[in-house]
Amino acid sequence: MSTVDIPALPAPALHHPVRAWFRLFSAELRLVFLRRRNLLLLAVTAVFPVVIGIALRVAAPQPQNGRNGPGVAFFNQLAGNGVFLTFIGLSTLLVLVLPVVVAVVAGDSVAGEAGYGTLRYLLAVPAGRTRLLAVKYAAIVVFGLAATVIVSAVSLVVGAVLFPIGPVTLLSGSTIPLAEGLLRVLFVTLYVAAAMAALGAIGLAVSTMTEHAIGAIATIAILVVTSEVVDQVPQLAAIGPYLPTHWWLSFDSILRAPVDTSTLLKGLLSFGVYVVLFGSFAWARFTSADVTS
Amino acid sequence: MTAISSSGLTKRFRGGQLAVDHIDLSVPDGSVYGFLGPNGSGKTTTIRMLLGLAFPTSGRAELLGVPMPDGASRVLHRVGSLVEGPAFYPFLSGRDNLARYDAADRTADPRTMPDRITEALDRVGLLSAARKRYRNYSLGMKQRLAIAASLLRPRELIVLDEPTNGLDPQGTREVRALVRQIAADGTTVFISSHLLAEVEQICTHVGVMRTGRLVFQGPLAELRRTGAARVIVQTADADAAVKVLATLGLSDAQAGPEEASAALGDAEPERICAELVHAGIGVRGFSVAAPSLEDLFVGLTGEGFDVDG
Repeated sequence: MSTVDIPALPAPALHHPVRAWFRLFSAELRLVFLRRRNLLLLAVTAVFPVVIGIALRVAAPQPQNGRNGPGVAFFNQLAGNGVFLTFIGLSTLLVLVLPVVVAVVAGDSVAGEAGYGTLRYLLAVPAGRTRLLAVKYAAIVVFGLAATVIVSAVSLVVGAVLFPIGPVTLLSGSTIPLAEGLLRVLFVTLYVAAAMAALGAIGLAVSTMTEHAIGAIATIAILVVTSEVVDQVPQLAAIGPYLPTHWWLSFDSILRAPVDTSTLLKGLLSFGVYVVLFGSFAWARFTSADVTS
Repeated sequence: MTAISSSGLTKRFRGGQLAVDHIDLSVPDGSVYGFLGPNGSGKTTTIRMLLGLAFPTSGRAELLGVPMPDGASRVLHRVGSLVEGPAFYPFLSGRDNLARYDAADRTADPRTMPDRITEALDRVGLLSAARKRYRNYSLGMKQRLAIAASLLRPRELIVLDEPTNGLDPQGTREVRALVRQIAADGTTVFISSHLLAEVEQICTHVGVMRTGRLVFQGPLAELRRTGAARVIVQTADADAAVKVLATLGLSDAQAGPEEASAALGDAEPERICAELVHAGIGVRGFSVAAPSLEDLFVGLTGEGFDVDG
């Protein structure tokens, strides 16, 4: 492909595909992370764990034995260990805040460029359609990871300040040293980031279908809420495991001894399938559609 | 070699509308090619296909000898373009916007980027506004920034789609001077416009589009030659004058109020005049008129406003 002879012009000397890819990738990251709107989103994301932590410190929740579910279990544990604010923060924000943050960046990724008209110029540069899409997706994944890490890190700090910190009592009853508990926090964070990466692939696919970023963002948010609602309907339990949001909260499997790897793997498999499915869709669409904006 | 060539290039939109209908472009190397036609005649769609932004329904296109859209990654970095107006990120400065596009070019050397950006901005006279956010640029500055983006690398071909759209006369003149300068460097320029007057002074070649078809293509001088000169006779006896013109073998003889006219063809005007007088026709005035380029253009594309299709 690159062996065509290029006449006369000062030949592109440093034509190093990997280096060039990272150059575009870092430009994309700068665009995403230096954009005021996105920074504001990350800042808002960081505020939530602070508010949740203070609220729980002021009005300590009563142990709720009548209800179950991982969220409730985290609340019960928090009074004894600030580390659990991480899991409370993640499980609370996973309902809507984190997905919306990812939806904004993913929905904007291609549709936003189309809306500005910059997409046609990027392709005329030429950025390469497949290459541009890969860079866009990589930036979405990094942004989702950043948002998740911010929730975990802020929760951890706030939890440490407001609550006692010490050996972590797992949901299954056994206690592990703090260092190992923090390692599990890391795994939980990565699991949630993987869930957001899967959502990012769905968002990217939606984004290739329109030149209205707002429309794409709203569509992704509606998809998330719909999936969550359908997942709550007992009569539809049969399709539950196939829903994109079904495995998001399964990170509580990491907080058991032994770790419930089968549930985790099912979750990761689901994320992987969504990435492949919607990634392929985005690619098929983006590499074959006319750019008319 | 031809900088741009196409054969049977066709684009039918999903709605069934034929936007570009079997056009065979041939843009010679080193020419300034005016791609003319009214709004909606298929110019932009053609340019989008040439640049690989839109996929042809049928037919082939080549840029600098490389087939498009398949060869896009091999050839487009040798081509600068401005398609359907400038487009940049409103929240970035002019300089950062150019850096963004340069970062997307896998063949561009990042170490020379600052110098190349400075040079491009300087060429379009935007150096003093380099740090200003794009959203605060005037329309003319936006247009010039788009031209600067097309000059980030040495190019063999520059495609400019309506580069003077929305510019005041001063801005139009600036763009024209810039195009002249680019062409003087040996770069082929493909410039589309719906106004002949705008490009007539700088073009060496023209292609004229009408409702998706290329109705004329060739050197500008050739377009001038297609304009058939007419003899116009002012007389009270128009009908008799027409008969004389017809017997002299002139085609398209027409009688008007107090006036007769016919296509001149190869005939000698002096002889026609003599014959008219000889035939006893009172000639009040006699003239030979060649149509203006504008008339020819309108003749090819139809009067304004009636955007067909």
